[in-house]
Amino acid sequence: MSAATVDLAAAAHPRERPPLRRALGVGLIFGVVAVYGATVGILPLMDARWIIVNVVSLGDAALIAIALGAGAIVATRSKSSDFGTLATSSLLAGGVAGSLLAFLAFAMQVLPLRRIFIALSPALLKTLTFGLGAPLGGGVLVVGAALLAVLGFALALAPEKLRKPVLVGLAFVVVFGVFQELIQIMMQSGAATDWLRGLIYTWEGLTLPGALAIFILACCGSYLWTKWLRRPAQEWFVRLSPAKQGHVRTARVVLFVVLLLVLPIVAGSYIGQVMMLVGLYILMGMGLNLEVGLAGLLDLGFVAFFAVGAYATAILTADSPHALASYTALPSLSFWAAMPIAVIASVVVGVLFGIPVLGVRGDYLAVATMGLGEIVRVVVQSDMAAPLLGGAQGILQIPKPRIGRFELSDPVQLFYLTLAASAVAAYFAWRLENSRLGRAWMAVRDDEDVAQALGINLVKVKLLAYGLGAAFAGLAGSIFAVMLTSVYPSSFQLLVSINVLAVIIVGGMGSLPGVMVGAIALVGLPELLREFGEFRFLFYGVALIVMMRVRPEGLWPSATRRRELRDEAGETVPNEPAEAQSLGAERASGLEDTVS
Amino acid sequence: MSEVATGRSLFPKLSSLARFTFVDVVLWALRIGVVMLVVGGSVGTLIQGRYGAVQWFEFLVFGITIGSVYALVALGYTMVYGVLRLINFAHGDIMMTGAFAGYFAAAPLAETGFLDRSPVSAMFAIFAVAVATSTIIALLTERLAYRPFRKARGLAPLICAIGVSFFLEQTFRGAFGAGVRAYPDPKWQKGAISFFGFGVPILQIMVVAAALVSMAILYLIVQRTRMGTAMRAVSEDADAAALMGVDVDKVVRFTFVLGGAMAGVAGVCYAFVFKQVYFYMGFTPGIKAFGAAVLGGIGSVPGAMLGGLFLGVVESVGPALFLDGIGVTAPYQLRDLIAFTLLIMVLIFRPYGILGERMAKKRA
Repeated sequence: MSAATVDLAAAAHPRERPPLRRALGVGLIFGVVAVYGATVGILPLMDARWIIVNVVSLGDAALIAIALGAGAIVATRSKSSDFGTLATSSLLAGGVAGSLLAFLAFAMQVLPLRRIFIALSPALLKTLTFGLGAPLGGGVLVVGAALLAVLGFALALAPEKLRKPVLVGLAFVVVFGVFQELIQIMMQSGAATDWLRGLIYTWEGLTLPGALAIFILACCGSYLWTKWLRRPAQEWFVRLSPAKQGHVRTARVVLFVVLLLVLPIVAGSYIGQVMMLVGLYILMGMGLNLEVGLAGLLDLGFVAFFAVGAYATAILTADSPHALASYTALPSLSFWAAMPIAVIASVVVGVLFGIPVLGVRGDYLAVATMGLGEIVRVVVQSDMAAPLLGGAQGILQIPKPRIGRFELSDPVQLFYLTLAASAVAAYFAWRLENSRLGRAWMAVRDDEDVAQALGINLVKVKLLAYGLGAAFAGLAGSIFAVMLTSVYPSSFQLLVSINVLAVIIVGGMGSLPGVMVGAIALVGLPELLREFGEFRFLFYGVALIVMMRVRPEGLWPSATRRRELRDEAGETVPNEPAEAQSLGAERASGLEDTVS
Repeated sequence: MSEVATGRSLFPKLSSLARFTFVDVVLWALRIGVVMLVVGGSVGTLIQGRYGAVQWFEFLVFGITIGSVYALVALGYTMVYGVLRLINFAHGDIMMTGAFAGYFAAAPLAETGFLDRSPVSAMFAIFAVAVATSTIIALLTERLAYRPFRKARGLAPLICAIGVSFFLEQTFRGAFGAGVRAYPDPKWQKGAISFFGFGVPILQIMVVAAALVSMAILYLIVQRTRMGTAMRAVSEDADAAALMGVDVDKVVRFTFVLGGAMAGVAGVCYAFVFKQVYFYMGFTPGIKAFGAAVLGGIGSVPGAMLGGLFLGVVESVGPALFLDGIGVTAPYQLRDLIAFTLLIMVLIFRPYGILGERMAKKRA
């Protein structure tokens, strides 16, 4: 009871906490994060990946970052500017964080914890204690963490001129080290770059001299950019006429597209595959964005539409006993003929889904749609539907799409197909967003009753949201089917729906560029760090919670949404000119709609 | 509004017929289709007479067993919803944490033979560990994830709850492995006691008894203690309760404690019935229990108990009764289908549930 009162008192006056207690709190939080990472098994996995071969692993880097971060947080969040107090508190924060980990190491050595926590392996103990055994190694851990925290504190207080180049340099080293496989493959494409590759990399990864070279180059680059180049570049851009500024923006987009087109060729088929998956999630994200972001209908059964698209393509094109062609008079179709049918089938299913849940609102809608999605999966998986849909074994032997005699079989070629589909879909999504229908959706999202009173036909508008959203998912499902050349019910779990939801929430609800950013961050990154694949859902869970708390508008929010959320919080909107511009563009397009 | 309109109209039926749209047609088709399936299937099964009285009795008892577990979980949903208007999406996973904690208590007890020698104290210990764990985790989720959203509107709290659910599942997967762990299976649980000439396994009696005792305690707490009164006051009107001097924060914490404790009991019971634990085990019973809570009328404590029992019985008897009669192959695979259909039908046609009219009217 008394603990609770103390806690309440502390919560009531967060500012008045003495600095050392605050440092203790920060240290505890960072220490718990480190212990959590070790217990769940992320730390051991990270430890297996080198940043600099035989010097620093990703796990070491994470621990170092935790200790530095503890010191930096103490330094930046504290109001006191007394150097001595701050240095002691960051020392304390680092020490506390380190001692929590040391305590874990000690517990691992003494108790048979591994029987319960499978991740706490002897190898982990060895890395945590530097092979010295728990008492000595733990001491080293505590002292090291405390010193690093002071370093972090110093870095946080250092002038920006110094801090920024150092951070940029470190970031470059981490990226070059972690993604070494990928970068090495890319560098092999040219003779000159291949020679460079030989200088900084061995087959295992980054060498120490290579890392130093990258660090120094990145530092100098960052320093030069902030010191001499940034201001002139900005001034040059501002001095251009509006038309020319527009050209520069177009040039940026064109450059981005060209990069997208060239990257998979240079980087190989693995990257092609990853980019293709990202593309599929962008497609689905744009669909769900219509439902959730614009119309405010939280649909957790979205995967059902994806499944319909995939299964429709499968039964229309496959060379298997479950295909329509094998037991009816229908001919076996090509992918190009089957894809529109699959999309239409998804739209029909989307509307059929939408009708019963028209009157269900808010949170109940989420659960109802989730139930519908689960029903679809249970039915597809059951023996009842097995004669039609193949049951748990699924449908195999779906042919790859062909253009003339040329078969799109490589992941890279399929990526171009996905890219084309995404481009078309993005165009539709963009036009829909600012259309009369898009406005109606937003009105329904903001207040259903008022929207209805203003003459919006709720039934029509909601069913269109479900149907059109489903069309995007159906298209994605159709491509997914030919990508795998087979469909199984286990590919269509609820997890996919949540995954797509996470993509649009991280990116920013109601924002098209946001969907892309979200898909790259949530689908692309975990796919590139392959061994972390099993932790991607943990990552999603954390992303959902953190985004909702810290940045509910997403990483790349739409202009309107940012304004809404920020205005409520009473904060000033950053990036004022860009804002006004996009607002103006929006007004103009709104006018166009009214005129036409 | 609509009552007034129909009251004044001379031909109320005709006027409502004129507004009978395509959507209504579909909804009526859905209603009639489900009723026809249920009636047709039942008649078909009963005519075929494939199942004897013993089997029906077994289905019923199993339904009551699993239904009382659902009821325990549903209580957590319904209380939290009553107080915070939040669907605690992670509640099924809190049940999972209880089941895991129970496993780590039960496995050594079974290895040393203590579980067989003195079942009562062993079971008591297992329940205690599970309840303690799930209560702590429920409190932590409230403090870390839900409290910042206390005043938030819209989808943010639900999305955060989905995130919490994922976080809990994946944390347990990472820490304890992705595989399925077998729960201990002591001999005494297999013994049967005869009721009206039918044998009922002791395990199922134990589960129902544990559930009933917990629900009785909970009911007494909610109805008879000061804290329970405060809880009911907050769920009636949080602002007014705060003005009357109720510490809403404390009430919310207390609600999560009660819900977490019930989920802990439910987790151990569920795991003993199905003899296994894995990180994903909380999801499906969680969703079903939410359905049960809505069915009983969300916010209503007796409603959640009734809804849970009803759902359990329907789900257990349903595949044989409704589906076998219409010639569905392997009807048991479709058990979840029945539960989810019931969930959706309730959400669509009677979102205020059986005992929830009062609450639904007040919110409207």
